[in-house]
Amino acid sequence: MLALESASYSVHGRCIVDELSLAVKPGRLLALIGPNGAGKSTALGLLSGRLDATRGEATLDGEPLADWEPEVLAQRRAVLSQNVQLAFGFTAREVVLLGRSSRCHRIAVRDERIANAALEATCAAHLARRNYLELSGGEQQRVQLARVLAQIWERGDVPAYLLLDEPEAGLDIAHQHFILRFARRLAHDGYGVVAVLHDLNLAARHADEIAVLSGGRLCACGVAEQALEPQRLSSVYGIELCRMVDAAGTSLIVPRAVH
Amino acid sequence: MNEMATTLPAPPAVSRRRRTPLLLGALALLVLAVLLWGLASGATDVGAADALSALWRAAAGVPAQGDDAIVLALRLPRLLFGALVGAGLAAAGVAMQGLFRNPLADPALIGVSSGAAFGAVATIVCGHWLFAGGASPDGVAAGAFVCGVVATFSVWLIGRRRPGVATLLLAGVAINAIGFAGIGWLQYLASERQLRDLTFWSLGSLAGIDWRRLAIVAPCIGVPLLLLPLQARALNALLLGDREAAFLGFRPARVQRLLLALTALMVSAAVAFTGVIGFVGLVVPHLLRLGFGPDHRLLLPASALGGAALVPAADTLARTVAVPAELPLGVLTALVGGPFFLWLLLRTPIVETD
Repeated sequence: MLALESASYSVHGRCIVDELSLAVKPGRLLALIGPNGAGKSTALGLLSGRLDATRGEATLDGEPLADWEPEVLAQRRAVLSQNVQLAFGFTAREVVLLGRSSRCHRIAVRDERIANAALEATCAAHLARRNYLELSGGEQQRVQLARVLAQIWERGDVPAYLLLDEPEAGLDIAHQHFILRFARRLAHDGYGVVAVLHDLNLAARHADEIAVLSGGRLCACGVAEQALEPQRLSSVYGIELCRMVDAAGTSLIVPRAVH
Repeated sequence: MNEMATTLPAPPAVSRRRRTPLLLGALALLVLAVLLWGLASGATDVGAADALSALWRAAAGVPAQGDDAIVLALRLPRLLFGALVGAGLAAAGVAMQGLFRNPLADPALIGVSSGAAFGAVATIVCGHWLFAGGASPDGVAAGAFVCGVVATFSVWLIGRRRPGVATLLLAGVAINAIGFAGIGWLQYLASERQLRDLTFWSLGSLAGIDWRRLAIVAPCIGVPLLLLPLQARALNALLLGDREAAFLGFRPARVQRLLLALTALMVSAAVAFTGVIGFVGLVVPHLLRLGFGPDHRLLLPASALGGAALVPAADTLARTVAVPAELPLGVLTALVGGPFFLWLLLRTPIVETD
């Protein structure tokens, strides 16, 4: 299990994440939601090991992340950051192969097969030979997703974790749902997946569990109906929200109309 | 996902990886051809066959004949030195372009060139306070080497205070400015003869290279050249940024430290005896990247070989185009490299990277 145990993170005395406890469980897609500045990305930074908690800790299988060797940790968790910039014109397949680059005992042919399979899994196989820099935003995101997937492809008997930081940002509605459906499928294949999301309805539709952050603290965590309670969301976001149910029975969180 | 892993599709038949041995072999042949051409030509035209038999006589221990001394004592060390310097400068260029994630990066960014130039100028101008009769060429080389390494070390000391390469870059700009200010001040103080000496140093030349100097410089460039390819994967990962490289299991700060140290060592050693030889570190990697992609596992050895062909070729031209005079090598590489680089820039479609 990948977890935060009453982890706090402060910069220049300002507390960004405050005694936060979270568990990313294998087989589950956890969505982190909350207003801008609520500490979602920082929480993800702590979970990934990029940031060190000022108090408390982030652990993988009970061991503090700081105690893991980077090479070993890289085989257990992969991170899809926002706005990954690539300086040179690799082909899409070469970008995906970067996901395999820290393996010490590697078989090149196997890496290539995994890269191809990862591209196929994210519906990007046809992009394999294209220059990454010439792809559209949605295509680039699918290639990046294939890269992080390739990184933790051979997870063996121990579960691996995928951390997604606003994976839907800047994508059209079809790509948004594609990425989230894909994340959920990975979770149901046994990965532990956590995604920072802004779109409440996207979270409600795809996540197994939703954690609502506000001011660096956890203010709700549970299945969509519990966590996305309109009154609580209204006070968290500072805008009046209500729940609507459409004809098919899908509930949507929308701002209340102002007359 | 594990069940998917058993039915992985086969990779396509041709990939860049499979062309690697072919390209490296071709470049190695090119280096050999350039060296042979360089051995054969010069003020005294020896001919390729005679140059080869001179090499054979030296290897077999047969007494030397005719022009053997020219080939063995003058041209061979100079050509090997040029090849080594070219390989070092080109590989250092690749390392810096990878580290800074910018195809226009150059070892000059980390202060090594201006530091070395300052060291050389300082030794030329102030040498007579330390040595009777002024600094010897070896003294100038030592000054350049030490100051090049010290300048890079200072850049690293300042740059490591914040993660990423931005601070490093700014520290390099500052150290370069200080270095050039120092050079300007020393030039102001210099006598007529010292001015001529330091101008000659800054033009770059392989004249006066012998076996002894080759032996001094060989480990300083050779060892980093052998160590650098071990960082090829890390350099690839760094192209995604420090943060992603760390997520992929690398230690960006450690990689950065190592790359800076190796580059400082190679470039300081290369320019110490030869002066500034521009454009090698920029043009060679750029050209090879255009043709064969940015994978450092190929780019590093290929650029080293490309540099090892380019510098001896340029030096042979410098020796032969205006016989009996010699053109300054640095002038020649910049004169040929500059327009060539412009042509490259203008003919390739620009891809926005930011």
